[in-house]
Amino acid sequence: MAYKRQIGRLPIIPADAKVHNVVCHYCIVGCGYHAYTWDTNHQGGTAPDQNVFGVDLSQQQEAETPAWYSPSMYNIVKQDGKDVHIVIKPDRDCVVNSGLGSIRGARMAEMSFSRQRNTQLQRLTDPMVWRYGQMQPTSWDDALDLVARVTAAVIKEQGEEGVFISAFDHGGAGGGYENTWGTGKLYFGAMKVKNIRIHNRPAYNSEVHATRDMGVGELNNCYEDAELADTIMVVGANPLETQTNYFLNHWIPNLRGTSTEKKNKELPGEPHEPVRVIIVDPRRTVTVNACEIEAGKERVLHLAINSGTDLALFNALVTHIGHQGWTDKDFIAASTNGFDKALAANRTTLEQAAEITGLTVDQIKQAAAWIAEPKDGKRRRTMFAYEKGLIWGNDNYRTNGSLVNLALATGNIGRPGGGCVRLGGHQEGYSRPSDAHVGRPAAYVDQLLIEGKGGVHHIWGCDHYKTTLNAHQFKRRYKERTDMVKDAMSSVPYGDRQATVDAIVGAVGKGGLFSVDVDIIPTKIGQASHVLLPAATSGEMNLTSMNGERRMRLTERYMDPPGQSMPDCLIAARLANHLERVFREAGDNAVADQFKGFDWQTEEDAFMDGYHQHEKGGEFVTYARLRAMGTNGFQEPATGLGETEPLAAGTSTGEPGEVLGGPAIEGARGKEPVQKAAPTNAGSPPEPAAGTERIIGTKRLYADGKFNKEDGKAVFAETQWRGLQAAGKQEEKDKFTFLINNGRTNHVWQSAYLDQQNELVMDRWPYPFIEMNPADMAELSLNQGDLVEVYNDNGATQAAVYPTPTAKRKETFMLFAFPTGVQGNVVSPGVNEFIIPNYKQTWANIRKISDAPEGVKHLSFKSQEYQAT
Amino acid sequence: MDRCNKLVDVGRRQFLRGGAFAAAGMATAVAMPAQAQTKAAPGLALVEYPSNKLANIADLKPNEPFDVGYPDENAPGVLLKLGMKVEGGAGPDGDIVGFSTICPHKGFPLNYNAEDRTLNCPGHYSRFDCEAGGQQIWGQATQNLPQYLLRVDDKGDVFAEGLDELIYGRLSNVL
Repeated sequence: MAYKRQIGRLPIIPADAKVHNVVCHYCIVGCGYHAYTWDTNHQGGTAPDQNVFGVDLSQQQEAETPAWYSPSMYNIVKQDGKDVHIVIKPDRDCVVNSGLGSIRGARMAEMSFSRQRNTQLQRLTDPMVWRYGQMQPTSWDDALDLVARVTAAVIKEQGEEGVFISAFDHGGAGGGYENTWGTGKLYFGAMKVKNIRIHNRPAYNSEVHATRDMGVGELNNCYEDAELADTIMVVGANPLETQTNYFLNHWIPNLRGTSTEKKNKELPGEPHEPVRVIIVDPRRTVTVNACEIEAGKERVLHLAINSGTDLALFNALVTHIGHQGWTDKDFIAASTNGFDKALAANRTTLEQAAEITGLTVDQIKQAAAWIAEPKDGKRRRTMFAYEKGLIWGNDNYRTNGSLVNLALATGNIGRPGGGCVRLGGHQEGYSRPSDAHVGRPAAYVDQLLIEGKGGVHHIWGCDHYKTTLNAHQFKRRYKERTDMVKDAMSSVPYGDRQATVDAIVGAVGKGGLFSVDVDIIPTKIGQASHVLLPAATSGEMNLTSMNGERRMRLTERYMDPPGQSMPDCLIAARLANHLERVFREAGDNAVADQFKGFDWQTEEDAFMDGYHQHEKGGEFVTYARLRAMGTNGFQEPATGLGETEPLAAGTSTGEPGEVLGGPAIEGARGKEPVQKAAPTNAGSPPEPAAGTERIIGTKRLYADGKFNKEDGKAVFAETQWRGLQAAGKQEEKDKFTFLINNGRTNHVWQSAYLDQQNELVMDRWPYPFIEMNPADMAELSLNQGDLVEVYNDNGATQAAVYPTPTAKRKETFMLFAFPTGVQGNVVSPGVNEFIIPNYKQTWANIRKISDAPEGVKHLSFKSQEYQAT
Repeated sequence: MDRCNKLVDVGRRQFLRGGAFAAAGMATAVAMPAQAQTKAAPGLALVEYPSNKLANIADLKPNEPFDVGYPDENAPGVLLKLGMKVEGGAGPDGDIVGFSTICPHKGFPLNYNAEDRTLNCPGHYSRFDCEAGGQQIWGQATQNLPQYLLRVDDKGDVFAEGLDELIYGRLSNVL
């Protein structure tokens, strides 16, 4: 039987419950929620004056009612040391989600730490150290002293080159402006660490270098643009499952034609029809299906290209659109450089593209017409959206550039109904000192770790064991190196600090690695670590982030962090304090002084020190103002306050002295200089202003036609097709039978770090699924639910077979980053020229391990596609 | 029609009982000193589900949805005779199941797809497998579909006597 909670009644939220602003801490969309809390010995009633909704709850409520919550939205948690009831439910007044909750976000309450109701008891509550052959609890001072001493010793022996860092760079849980600033100030301010990588990739780099190099920040439109577009072209993305409520709340109205009134109002003087959708994806997804259901098949063009051939398609589209005279010549002349040169360099005929992509010439022509053929003499408004299929696909840099070429050539950036945007994974929340010293290409950190480089590794909210490429090899080497240190630590009494440090440093000298893992749970890579430091997550601390349309909100602290855990920014500050002390004790006063400026006591201190002082528009942003702006917040960058005159909106002009070329997002995930001033290591952060004035934001970037280049003009990129770009991919394709395409599924957030303890999710997906065509299954004598081994020269992993008649022959799709079968095990180390991984183009063989295990037998294997009946 | 009237009656009785209970509670709170409140009539830990006759086996045709309401007429649901034994299935063939047909995501009415024996939501495309205990095959809801606990007596009358998840739109399955 499917998992059931056996809950037939929930406590009613009383009228006087406390209300907190909450933004879902999972995906980029950042849906608005409210957390209601009240004392455990108290409850509301069904009469309208007895509950927070003011309605008669003795009656069945209608569809879409705000006056209902599911058992997953309820829990009992600690707040200021006291047990309280909590309900975290979607906010109908948030413009992002209008009351919708996804299967991930609507479980936030159930995914909270609760001793009372036994949820998420996996959470770390104490600093832990390797002692007597296992991880044991200790105090913050003890753990941080050990980390500081070993780190200082490694710096002394190897310089800062010996310090390896893995750190989140995003918003939402395990990130946010406070925490990226805390870690950033430590490693890029106090230190200048080069060997650093980001949570989901093996280097410190932008996933979208190309668009930034062209002068186009990747989150340049607003969610409303999906309601206004004539055509949406979506590449390598599956928004119904991965940006669910953006799709449901903003794409669907356009697909159904219910946003026509808004189009007529906002964009008068041109004809408007329901949107057409072009979906570039080798796989038929539930997004394709939903678009067909809502708009009709005749308005949906699914271009099921050969895996990794997007670039050839985009080059051919630009070429063909140029031939037809459908480019936006005025826009190209006024706002861009290099069009003619790029057009000539990238020239690709329809026939060439058809040959490479596996599409027909007519399909490509049709796509070009939907993108750019004028509508009654007016420019067609096309929105371009892409995500991991492109970002983690073949030839990332050029492919990204070629899609931006298409958007620029058709004049679709900075205008209503347009945009060329990544759809995003996490929310954003990047605020760090310059990372220019990291260089480009950045160090391939995971490869260096495999090669034995580095002496100490600080990990912040990353789990390479689940989310890196070449993961099989990485795990083997990482375990080898950290085991050397564990054995050395076990050879001396833990209480003898000097002996312990000496033993660790001795093992490091022989190729060992000292591993410190800062996280909210014991991760897979944490199994190899010597120190675990417990972090707080969103809602256990105040946390700011922005979503995929740069909408910045504050999630207010609504519960206590488990045990001794602390916000990452304060962990970073305390580590800096200990490093300062250790260096000073050793007489290295000059080095010690670099670690000053970390006297923050709260996350708000870190926010004021970082975002408020350093980000563009940050001077207008305070917790008090964000609190007052609720779940709608404002769209970055901030340009002014209340009724005062806003600053010049929009983007950089290349004026001398203007360091930041645009809003904060251009600095997110990597390379562009963001700060207007270097961070200071003296004094306290400024006192926040108490005022609650409205913050004025920026709806769309580049609305003035000026881009992030010195002359304000975007630059077209030369993006010639060069086959499978990453080393070894073509050989792998030739050698192995099955494409192991991979990605996400609706139930699961990220690497299932919390979902792995959620019964609803683990009941549905005890093992990662692998979708296979039934004919392929028959050839391998496989039945539904059978466990199979997926293997190639990189490694091996496992999955449960999900029969999928719509899957192309020999093209499978496996759930990515799942703890009970890591797809990254079979992904080769091949990367692009800027060390972007290529997860999607992976080929392997498949063989049966066993019949469906017990936990799989009750599962449904029916089609995931909704059909109207 | 007879069935519907009975459901209305059951609903009314439930409503009255709940109301009377609440009123009595309020009266005691006002009338009695604080210490004595602990002696007030104890509430029950579990929701008390009515045992409602929803159909006779003879009413059910294989793989044809039979509309019902449970625990009251404002909670639409369906009985299905699947024609094959399933876990949780009632009746002599172990093939009779019943489900709430309000989508537990946002409360839209679910449609039955006889071809693959699923309940489907036109609101946001969620799908539930009637042969797998209402497991959400794919969708937005944070729970699998509430299923009826069924009993079939020797006359072939099918009774619903409980639910295993919370029904959308009510914070108590029995209002």
